[in-house]
Amino acid sequence: MGATLSRLAGRQAVLLALAALILFGALRYEHFLGWFNITTLLRYNALFALVALGMAFVIMTGGIDLSVGSVAALASVVSAHLSGAGLLPAVAGGVGAGLAVGLLNGALVTRGGLAPFVTTLATMLGASGLALLLADNQSVPVSYDTGFVEIGQGDILNFPVPAWIALLAYIGGAVLLHLTGFGRTVLAVGGNADAARLMGLPAERTVFLVYLGSGGLAGLAGVLLAAQFGAGQPIEGVGWELFAIAATVVGGTLLTGGVGSVGGTLAGVLLLGLIFNILNFENGLGTISLSVYWQSVIRGLFLLVVVLLQARLLAARIAPAS
Amino acid sequence: MLLSMRGIEKRFAGVAALSGATLEVAPGEAHALIGQNGAGKSTLIKILTGYHRCDAGTMEFDGQPLDPRSPAEAQALGISTIHQEINLVGYRSVTENICLGRESRRFGLLDWRAMHREAQAALARLGLEIDVRRPLADYTTAVQQMVAIARALGFRAKLVVMDEPTSSLDDREVAVLFDVIRRLKADGVSVVFVSHKLDELYAVCDRVTVMRDGRTVRVAPMDGITRLQLVSDMLGRDVADSEATGAAAQAARAGEEMLAIEGLHAPPRVRGASLSVRRGEIVGLAGLLGAGRSETVRVAFGADAAADAGQLRFEGRPFSPTEPREAIRAGIGFCSEDRKVESIVPEMSVRENLTLALLPHLARAGVVDEARQREVVDRFIRRLGVRCAGPEQPIRELSGGNQQKVLLARWLCMDPKLLILDEPTRGIDVGAKAEIQALIRELAEGGLAVLMVSSEVKEIVDGADRAYVMRDGRTVAELSGGRLTEDALMAAMAHGPHEAVLAEGAPHE
Repeated sequence: MGATLSRLAGRQAVLLALAALILFGALRYEHFLGWFNITTLLRYNALFALVALGMAFVIMTGGIDLSVGSVAALASVVSAHLSGAGLLPAVAGGVGAGLAVGLLNGALVTRGGLAPFVTTLATMLGASGLALLLADNQSVPVSYDTGFVEIGQGDILNFPVPAWIALLAYIGGAVLLHLTGFGRTVLAVGGNADAARLMGLPAERTVFLVYLGSGGLAGLAGVLLAAQFGAGQPIEGVGWELFAIAATVVGGTLLTGGVGSVGGTLAGVLLLGLIFNILNFENGLGTISLSVYWQSVIRGLFLLVVVLLQARLLAARIAPAS
Repeated sequence: MLLSMRGIEKRFAGVAALSGATLEVAPGEAHALIGQNGAGKSTLIKILTGYHRCDAGTMEFDGQPLDPRSPAEAQALGISTIHQEINLVGYRSVTENICLGRESRRFGLLDWRAMHREAQAALARLGLEIDVRRPLADYTTAVQQMVAIARALGFRAKLVVMDEPTSSLDDREVAVLFDVIRRLKADGVSVVFVSHKLDELYAVCDRVTVMRDGRTVRVAPMDGITRLQLVSDMLGRDVADSEATGAAAQAARAGEEMLAIEGLHAPPRVRGASLSVRRGEIVGLAGLLGAGRSETVRVAFGADAAADAGQLRFEGRPFSPTEPREAIRAGIGFCSEDRKVESIVPEMSVRENLTLALLPHLARAGVVDEARQREVVDRFIRRLGVRCAGPEQPIRELSGGNQQKVLLARWLCMDPKLLILDEPTRGIDVGAKAEIQALIRELAEGGLAVLMVSSEVKEIVDGADRAYVMRDGRTVAELSGGRLTEDALMAAMAHGPHEAVLAEGAPHE
């Protein structure tokens, strides 16, 4: 029973921290809960949310995908180039570029038997170089004539389009994880890859698909990036993979795989996004002047605390079983 | 026959693992499969369950030719396996572990309620009622074992392969498992049962296949073969013509007691081990696989968790090492059973491997004194006759026998009082084997106490002054002098002390 309780506490910790942060902001800053702040926050963090969703599935299998930031940059460049041809070609091109890198990652990890860390480090460098080549080392302006920018800057029902897209992706992700054999196999492979194979589960196919999915979602994030900022950004995406890993882990997904949560990942993204938001407000108040670089320090500390807590929980879980 | 595997051959990197193995199982039969380590049981089972594919031979299952290319394919055909180490996913719920791979679906999505119900029903069939929503790791090993069986049955298995299913169960749990096996038999399901515990085979199996050196050497009904015959088939030594060759003289010369173990308990593998080793004496520790020999000596070296109960004395003083370094400081050396995994660092040179344990003593202010190191290495390479191109040759390029000599040297250069050798000549060719055995004898004559775990009856009879026999975690016999014969050892391994064969060799507790 103790193990179940502590697990519940672990799952809820991120939500509690999120609620505390929102309460803090609401009480301290006048415009914190204003519609403008909320939609701005969601519009921008929707990109990270998409990348983190793909990352969460990869981590649940016990892998890692370092290439997501470069893939987003590459996709933003590709979609910016194609934006003149219309919304559909631009989206398809950007997502397609992401899927292509994901396919390569998946094939190298499963068929090639390479370590995910090294594989995706290599494709991260490759995708980054490709993005710079295609962009000729500068921002690629998008076409404003085809309505492409709407998917980054527009609203539907007063709610930012990127946030709608992320919301739908997370609903889909939650269904996939909880209600399909694929989702359960993801967790089984991450929990014990050999066992999953001996149980007759399609381990290799599942791992391949999570890398493909991660690439596709990073590509989609890149498309939204280009639309939101009106340009393909070959040098964006640096550190996105670390943000995504941090959000996933803060959300209760074990870095070693086997245990994970889609909702927790979303909460993790919001939490890390809010830390940045609150720092901005704090500087606006003028009482203190914290450099934005502090956000990285605070995020880092947060991640450390969460990982320490996870290790504790894990030890508590393993003890009663023996 | 439900299953028929004939003339199965399999080579790994040119080395034959199976050469003419046969296994036939009738419907509703519990069939025992036994053999020493390396006899080929695991390989045979992995071929049956689609993990490996055989090089030659014919296989038939349920009247159809059988050639599974993956565990999934074997499972689909009705062959399920319960592995020795429970191969399920501890983080995931009991339900997932039972149902994954053939999930219930509604509108294309998982139907969790139906899956929970099914998991509960499957466990109820095995007489188990637990909360199936909780992670598997929350439950005991025995429950996990039952979950593995429930999973196997859920796939409508016609044949369930159990690879040492009882190795981590206590007596009561074993009884429950046997109940399950009997129920399976009644339902017409066949079971292949791999175990080293002879009592279990007699309790639950109908027939037995004995393997040795990659081939099937005997198939017999359980009630038509004696324990002694089984053991001698496994070991490949004829009960009738083995003769006493015990080295008795040494026993008299042995000095004061170095190590004493009394009533050691370290469940699940050790349940009452007792032995003692004196200066200048080679003591053998015999027993079948899983008898708890390695586990006992590892406790004495501080390599595994401390014991639950029992006493250890070293040089007459109470001794309970929690870390190998404590044991090393006290003067104990230990060559582990698994050279590759636990002993050698393959990319390092002979010199580095040899002086790994000595390193702290060779350093002055943290810097290794290389001149002294080289001097030590040269001395031991010469003394043990290690055949290598030079001290800088990577150890992985050496033969097994020469690697073992380097490992012996690693401990000898520490000038230990007691050397524990776990299977010192496993995987070493005949010539090198004799050399190493002679070396061990020489060391003992120099006053070293040696405790030698071996699965080879002949090695113990030829090499040891005295020997203990362990069975199911307990010391069941002590043999020395003229009573230390291959017959007596095998009889003790098969029967234990209760059979009166060895009344005079009871443990001195």
